[in-house]
Amino acid sequence: MPITAPLTVEPSAGPITARPQVTPVPPAPSIWAIAGRLSRVQYWAFAVLGLLLPLVAWAIVSASGWVDPVFLPGPMTVLERMHLWLMEDDLIADTTISIYRVVAGFALSAALALPLGLLIGAFRPVEALLEPLTDFIRYMPAVAFIPLVMLWFGIEESAKIAIIFIGTFFQMVLMVAENVRLVPTAQIEAAQTMGATRGEIIRLVLLQSAKPAMLDTLRITMGWAWTYLVVAELVASNSGLGYSILKAQRFLKTDTIFAGIILIGVIGLLMDQAFRWLHRRAFPYMHFKR
Amino acid sequence: MTTTTSVATPKVQIRQVGKVFSGAPAGTPAALQDINLSIKDNEFVTLVGASGCGKSTLLRILAGLEHHSSGEVLCSGRAITAPGADRAMVFQHYSLYPWLTVMENIKFSRLLKVGRENLSSSDVEAASGRADALLNLIGLSKVANAYPSQLSGGMQQRVAIARALMGRPQVLLMDEPFGALDAQTREVMHDLILHIHRIEKTTIVFVTHDVDEAIYLGQRVVLMAPRPGRVERILEVPLPARRSQDMKVGAPFRELRAEILASIRESSGMATDFDLLEKLSLQSEAF
Repeated sequence: MPITAPLTVEPSAGPITARPQVTPVPPAPSIWAIAGRLSRVQYWAFAVLGLLLPLVAWAIVSASGWVDPVFLPGPMTVLERMHLWLMEDDLIADTTISIYRVVAGFALSAALALPLGLLIGAFRPVEALLEPLTDFIRYMPAVAFIPLVMLWFGIEESAKIAIIFIGTFFQMVLMVAENVRLVPTAQIEAAQTMGATRGEIIRLVLLQSAKPAMLDTLRITMGWAWTYLVVAELVASNSGLGYSILKAQRFLKTDTIFAGIILIGVIGLLMDQAFRWLHRRAFPYMHFKR
Repeated sequence: MTTTTSVATPKVQIRQVGKVFSGAPAGTPAALQDINLSIKDNEFVTLVGASGCGKSTLLRILAGLEHHSSGEVLCSGRAITAPGADRAMVFQHYSLYPWLTVMENIKFSRLLKVGRENLSSSDVEAASGRADALLNLIGLSKVANAYPSQLSGGMQQRVAIARALMGRPQVLLMDEPFGALDAQTREVMHDLILHIHRIEKTTIVFVTHDVDEAIYLGQRVVLMAPRPGRVERILEVPLPARRSQDMKVGAPFRELRAEILASIRESSGMATDFDLLEKLSLQSEAF
């Protein structure tokens, strides 16, 4: 065998016939690696598993007869109850009124918290004026306001909306203010050196830059609005999902309690997904894969 | 070379400028002390020095983003009190608007004007022409409709430069604009900004901690020193106006570089003490 280029071979290297061993392609890293990666399919497989496991466990426990069905009705019983509620009772009306209250209280909160948070985030004096006050009120339990709210608003719709408002507004203001404060200074200063006025900086930089974070703030506080809805309906109401849960407790209709809780969960999940969808639609530049 | 158009009065005048940060503990040396510097029209000046020498603070005072405590700062003969469109600034990073496309970012200063004045359609057309020309100048015509998050760091800084130039500022202020880029990209950006300086005929004040960058770009290098922040020396760069990368290995470049580095090392008090290192490692070997 003629070797024309022996320069590359070290004298100490083995016989020239020995082929370099091909290193096997390393296996893909485990999905259990710290901060590892999951494919989309794997992600959904785990998500579905996470949702199904508790359901299966629930079905097994209730079918086994270990627990009195009065305390733990089976999934099918609950499903039947939901169906009955829908066909023979006022499921639609209860759901509608609950959604209305949440959305009304939440919208009122957002309508005030967004501009106020923007001002707190933009102007230091406004921050000093309002943030300590807001922080103080935020720690007062919204539930403790219920007697006061009933005194002021009676048991009208406005009472429930007021409780949801109290429960979400103060948190929301502080979160929106923080969203605005997190706008990179360079974005603001760049606008200043291009001759932007204060109003223009608020409108064209702060608001635009903080908008995606603000939408996330709304998504998170929407979840809290549902919590306070149930609180409001448990105390002062004669309609709605929360009220139905309370009424069912009096008659020991555990299946209705389960049905109500699950319904609220499903509605909340749907709303959360709607916010996420809106985020992707409104801010496509944040969802590019590089 | 005929310079009949250049005016005798300097573009930027800095006289006896001092800066003390409010809230700084007593006895802290001034951030800036007795700064005197005048910059000619269409000049490219670089500010370089050890950290804490106040080079960025001085640039921010020029921009109007920071207030000086004493002295006076003039741009085209007028005192600087606040930020303005005549002094656009390019930052190290995070200054582009991620919700706007490349083209919309470049036209941002135009957006401000449209909001304020009633512009005729010919004005708008002229602005579009200007934006297109700038986009061409920075070589990013193909990505006019991309968002900043889709661009590399170097491309983002090109957009930031074009955006700053859009309003035809009197002075372009650059605060370590290439500090976050890798070495190869930085070289490309150096030649680009020199090209832009020739084409646009802007006055540029450029802050950097990279001595090579300061010499390669600057017609004059302002060497600053810390505690208190001051101008140590102002050095003319002995290189032809038209720079090229091979000049970096030439003697004039290397000599100036050695001189500046030595001066910075001395003023920062951070020279490596090899004797001390030796002693410390001997001590640690004992364990």
